[in-house]
Amino acid sequence: MYSNRSVSTQKRTCPLLSVQPVRGLLDEKFQIAVTNLPPNQKVTLHSLHQSDDKDFWEAFGHYVSDEHGSVTGFKDESLGGTYDGTEPMGLLWSMRPIPGKKCDVVRISVYSGHLSQGFSQQTPLATSVTERWYVAPGVKRVNIREKEIRGTLFLPPGSGPYPGVLDLWGVGGDFVEYRSALLASHGFASMALEYLTPEDLSLEDTDASYFEKAYQILNNHPMVKKDHLAVLGLSLGSAITLSMASYSKVIKPQCCVCISGSHLMPVEKSLSELFELMKSHADKLCVNEDNQVILRNLILSLPCQSTKVDVGRIKCPLLLVNGDDDQTLPAVESAEDMAMMMEKAGNRHLLEILMYPDAGHLIEPPYSPHFRATNYKLEWTKEKIVMLWGGQTKPHAYAQEDAWKKILAFLWQHLSAPVSTVTSF
Amino acid sequence: MLTEVGTCPLLSVQPSRAQVDEKVQIVVMNLLPNQKVTLHSLHQSEDKDFWEAFGHYISDEYGTVTVAKDESLGGTYEGTEQMGLLWSMRPIPGSRPGLRLRKMNILTPIVIHISVYGGHLSQGFSQQTPLATSVTERWYVAPGVQRVNIRENGVRGTLFLPPGPGLYPGVLDLWGGGGGLVEYRSGLLASHGFASMALEYLGPEDLRTADVDVSYFEKAYQILQNHPKVQRDRMAMLGLSFGSAVTLSMAAYSKVIKPQCCVCISGSHVFPVDKSLFEVFEGMKKVQVNEENQVIHRNIILPIPSDPALKVDVGRIKCPLLLVNAGDDQNWASVESAEDMEMMMEKAGNRDLLTVLTYPGAGHLIEPPYSPHFRASNFILQGVKEKIVMLWGGQTKPHAYAQEDSWEKILAFLRKHLYFSSNFAVKAKL
Repeated sequence: MYSNRSVSTQKRTCPLLSVQPVRGLLDEKFQIAVTNLPPNQKVTLHSLHQSDDKDFWEAFGHYVSDEHGSVTGFKDESLGGTYDGTEPMGLLWSMRPIPGKKCDVVRISVYSGHLSQGFSQQTPLATSVTERWYVAPGVKRVNIREKEIRGTLFLPPGSGPYPGVLDLWGVGGDFVEYRSALLASHGFASMALEYLTPEDLSLEDTDASYFEKAYQILNNHPMVKKDHLAVLGLSLGSAITLSMASYSKVIKPQCCVCISGSHLMPVEKSLSELFELMKSHADKLCVNEDNQVILRNLILSLPCQSTKVDVGRIKCPLLLVNGDDDQTLPAVESAEDMAMMMEKAGNRHLLEILMYPDAGHLIEPPYSPHFRATNYKLEWTKEKIVMLWGGQTKPHAYAQEDAWKKILAFLWQHLSAPVSTVTSF
Repeated sequence: MLTEVGTCPLLSVQPSRAQVDEKVQIVVMNLLPNQKVTLHSLHQSEDKDFWEAFGHYISDEYGTVTVAKDESLGGTYEGTEQMGLLWSMRPIPGSRPGLRLRKMNILTPIVIHISVYGGHLSQGFSQQTPLATSVTERWYVAPGVQRVNIRENGVRGTLFLPPGPGLYPGVLDLWGGGGGLVEYRSGLLASHGFASMALEYLGPEDLRTADVDVSYFEKAYQILQNHPKVQRDRMAMLGLSFGSAVTLSMAAYSKVIKPQCCVCISGSHVFPVDKSLFEVFEGMKKVQVNEENQVIHRNIILPIPSDPALKVDVGRIKCPLLLVNAGDDQNWASVESAEDMEMMMEKAGNRDLLTVLTYPGAGHLIEPPYSPHFRASNFILQGVKEKIVMLWGGQTKPHAYAQEDSWEKILAFLRKHLYFSSNFAVKAKL
């Protein structure tokens, strides 16, 4: 942290902005401090990020310096902006797109006065640039192209072997790697599996055997500790995880994590069959007054008494992570029903449920911004809509931070601790 | 955050991506109580040589080793040395002799593997499986620092600009007789808020011409000063070794170069001012050689001459001057020179501008903190093109202390004299 000793403080009008660490992992906290302001000065802390799509995102908080002329992110309260209260990471998770205008780069600036817009036309008092990395040093990225199986494997540094994680993202267009990259940074050999790509892969072929082959590739990898595997899914990935854990003779993980999932989606056959089913129930698709699609009701309307995943058959510890304002899948209702089924079947002790009030569907690694709704292309009709994910920003941010810690602890507990780097939270 | 999970040792190196002059916290947990372990660091240089360091520890009753608090009982360093695994690195057994560790491409980090081994090992690390390994990166540039090639008017250098809107104080950064374009110190200075230009002034072609004289440095200084992001009335010169001599000369005589302050590391004012560099090197024939065939260069300017024509008239210097010297400098007689400079400035009435830091036991190459020490290394003597082994001097531990302490003081000195208005972003890290 900044030390005042080395700088004379006599006629200083030069504010100093410090962001530590300047190179952090995505899920790591940072400390922001501004010093050398006049006492009781109104300032705005601002963050700016340009995404790969060239969109600009920003967040800001209004502060008043203390009697020493300091603002300290982890102690002081934001009086307004895109976040308020004492929120050390608010400058990240409350980011939103600026209307009209390996590693993410974020510029943190301090402006004079309490601004809420027009940041690009003002000159900041000071700027610091911080990088947010998806991978820790030494993490290796390996393309997986084995027959029709496609994915990316991230390996922790060192010689291994490591416990493995099969990482199944949900629907959402582009293939997402960064969660696996982060998991590898925490000591897991994590494979992000591609299973929803337009080109080579046909939906008819995306059935149980596809996931089983992927699991075996991971389990047989020389750097992976055999039979020390977990399956982690989000959204549709969770549905697949539940199905595999219940029915597959090949996929026998030590534990599973299902984020925002539901056992009401029949994924046992191929994905094309699931999508046919969704298409045939299109009339149950709800739209709210902002024309945003609420998918959860469609799922609830599916005839599933006989097709819902028989979770009573699951033999490994299962962690469910849900937001109670999930508008995309009926995760909360599913969790209740799953608990009942497992109670009946006698494996209820394997189940742990984390439920976050006012969090939405997309519970991702910490500090990524929250989106209540976004543009989306429905997989089964290719229709462009606005999908409502749900959640309110602040509780959603809390859910992401807390869930990630608990997911990592759960994985460490059931897969035995990794032998490489532990990042402190 | 800790989870109780069996006896898998956990190794933590924080931060995993650090700046080169930043300390790291290395902690091992989940060992058995009172277990003998060896902490080891390994780095492969750009020249493909391997460097390593190691320390022998015993875990406490909780099975923990905390490098910042615990004592190394032996290895390449001893005692409580938070950064010992970095500054005590040396080439692994069997390496080519006379190696020096320097990073030339600073847009990529220094990658170091830190490992913990069972028992107290002193060799054969590559044949053992470590209990845990962590990879850490060390960067010479902070995020957002911009690198700009300078090729203007015959001047060759690299400018590093801090992130943000500017304006920044400018530092003209001069290395020594080894020549070439060495960027890492300027990269670090930019990471601390200074627009720093590393200047190339001793390459093979330069010496054949008489072009590298006062006007070359003046042009370079002006290029920096005129840069749109540089605050023209907040400039400094920083030199090491031969670069110090150039700095003193410019500060004393140039009508163009008028910095707010100067820093001279391991330098001397004994320097024939009206000759070109080529002539200067031609004149350096009084070198000695020790019993290990290492060249001791320091004597060539001893005894310090009284003839003013043979030294820079430091009585003419008008800005604060910081001298950083090593007590065991075998390459330049910098300590003796500093004494003479002090006398000259006393006589001239500008003694109050001078600050001298002398580090006992340090060698000539006082560089940014935590880089390894080499008492001697391979060197090509300019002018004669001979390959020799140059003796720099110093002992590892006091040299490491000198690098760490002097860097803090150099930054504080630059901030004090260049630090000013409200448009200024400085990241104060130490």
